[in-house]
Amino acid sequence: MTPTQHSGRFGAFGGRYVPETLIPALDELDAAFDSAMADVAFLAEVDTMLSTYVGRPSPLSTAPRFSAAVGAEVFLKREDLNHTGAHKINNTVGQVFLAMRMGKRRIVAETGAGQHGVATATVCARFGLDCVVYMGEEDIRRQSLNVRRMKLMGAEVVPVGSGTRTLKDATSEAIRDWVTNVDSSYYLIGSVVGPAPYPRMVREFQSVIGREARDQMLAAAGRLPSTVVACVGGGSNAMGIFHPFEADPDVELVGIEAAGHGLESGEHSASLLKGRPGILHGTLSYLLQDDAGQIHPAHSISAGLDYPGVGPEHAHLRDTGRAKYFAVTDQGALRGFSMLSRLEGIIPALETSHAITWVADNASRWSAADAVLICISGRGDKDMEQVTDLGIGRK
Amino acid sequence: MASTLATISSDRIDSRFDSLKGAGRKALVCYITAGFPDTRGTLELMSGLEAEGADVIEVGVPFSDPIADGPIIQASSQRALAGGMTLDKSLELVTRARLAVPVVLFTYLNPLLSAGVDVLERAGNAGVDGVLVSDLPLGADPEREDWLAGSGLAFIRLVAPTTPSDRMSEIARTGSGFVYLISRLGVTGVQSDLPTQLPETAARLRAATSLPICIGFGVAEPHQARSAAGIADGVVVGSALVRAAGESVASALRLARSLRAALDDAT
Ligand SMILES: Cc1ncc(COP(=O)(O)O)c(C=O)c1O
Repeated sequence: MTPTQHSGRFGAFGGRYVPETLIPALDELDAAFDSAMADVAFLAEVDTMLSTYVGRPSPLSTAPRFSAAVGAEVFLKREDLNHTGAHKINNTVGQVFLAMRMGKRRIVAETGAGQHGVATATVCARFGLDCVVYMGEEDIRRQSLNVRRMKLMGAEVVPVGSGTRTLKDATSEAIRDWVTNVDSSYYLIGSVVGPAPYPRMVREFQSVIGREARDQMLAAAGRLPSTVVACVGGGSNAMGIFHPFEADPDVELVGIEAAGHGLESGEHSASLLKGRPGILHGTLSYLLQDDAGQIHPAHSISAGLDYPGVGPEHAHLRDTGRAKYFAVTDQGALRGFSMLSRLEGIIPALETSHAITWVADNASRWSAADAVLICISGRGDKDMEQVTDLGIGRK
Repeated sequence: MASTLATISSDRIDSRFDSLKGAGRKALVCYITAGFPDTRGTLELMSGLEAEGADVIEVGVPFSDPIADGPIIQASSQRALAGGMTLDKSLELVTRARLAVPVVLFTYLNPLLSAGVDVLERAGNAGVDGVLVSDLPLGADPEREDWLAGSGLAFIRLVAPTTPSDRMSEIARTGSGFVYLISRLGVTGVQSDLPTQLPETAARLRAATSLPICIGFGVAEPHQARSAAGIADGVVVGSALVRAAGESVASALRLARSLRAALDDAT
């Protein structure tokens, strides 16, 4: 039932569609990851770092005023309270330990919103590793605070001016760096995308979210959630919270993509809802592309969801029906952003706001008996400048 | 032996390498991006490169996200796409060019898959002799690898400096036409010299296959072509030609002429 296959496939999706040069490095990574996960000392090291540095376990919060507004009992898994302000660091900690175990001292990463870049720069600073982060010029403009944070912590931020100048092109450029420096460098991918074993590995490092949330729900509410909701960019916070609930048949799993200017506008990031299978960045998954197989630029108000592909395991969960996917527009996300801020005193990331709005907009789906668990993947400080420019939070 | 092989195989790539071998010469494989600098420029380049002594022409299908390519081919691809180039239009150019030398379609997997299940047949009809897919390494997708290997076109596979020797044999065994040896770690581009470990890699590959070996990635100048050809059966020149073609077709053809001369000198 669980699609954890060492073939690197999730149903038909996934795989390793990369230049030959990288194959031995992926084999080595695959073996190193499996040996690390079987090593209690490695796992203990990661756990200690997560508790003493990241601040785990992250709390599960009730949300009484938001719950009253939507008509279900809502619980919030607070990844926004992690050090650096998002779930991204869970994965970064795991992969940095793996990189060091493999003897690599130079870390290469891509970033969209800058959250993964910041998390990577942070953990690299902590261990004295060289850190190079590729970031699209458009995202550098949208997320300038995060650029400054990365630089302050000693990372080199390389602007990417090719293509759409966003996460897609930053990822391509990070892969090109890796092909060139594969002997000395570790590519630290930030979501459940890319060639195998990355999707499986990132899911494993992010599953701490769902494992904790499952225990916390049982402790706080005495039951499992009826629905788990998360936003989906590449899909790492969603896989992280979904995975430990996958074997619970009564728990509904819902992923929310970015509908941008609307699903029919052609300007969105809803690859699962509007894409078709294809190959990008080494993996076979749903993709926004034209008839000729050229990748179609994604659009989202949130840089972290602005990606034309999605993790292959989500493609599989979509096709099997185990998870359901919906989308929320830019304007919708802004409503959720304000709503959670006012009702609960929690300013969510714009990415997360998509999930919040979907729960709020679907009041007719909920009854008072429903327990809805939302993954608050990050906090919205990084988005304040952008939303202020749009006139929110001024008065 | 060469002549029996040539009669068994209708493959123009095999016969080209056989006759080069017979003449003691090295292959000049020229890469161009279809649609760069524009449609007419591509046609002029194809016939001009043939006239300057290219043995194989690689026609690159532009892709929006070419992860194996450096800045020069990225830029040429973007320009070609902006001009409306597609895989099918690339095939039309091959048909119109009517080259006597063999043509290899150089593509990423996604545009190839999007072009439909009969794309390889259409490519063959258009005059394409071989296909090279830069993001389909050995074992990545057995079904699609079989599709390519069984198509009747030569399936040109790539070997990297990082490829272990036993994998080299397996790669070569599943490929045909020639083996493309990637000279260095990295993406396509223009480099000033050849990596020091290249002779060792080429020797490992030589021991692993009887297919002709062509060295590419970073080969830009006549003296590099000459030394690479000394340890292989031919060289592939891409970014340097594309960069020159960005100035003018004439300057790309001048480069091809000097590459040809350097290779013939070496033999
Ligand atoms: C706060 C936050 N949530 C979600 C995402 C989307 O990534 P994923 O879908 O991998 O969780 C990002 C990406 O930058 C993010 O910063």
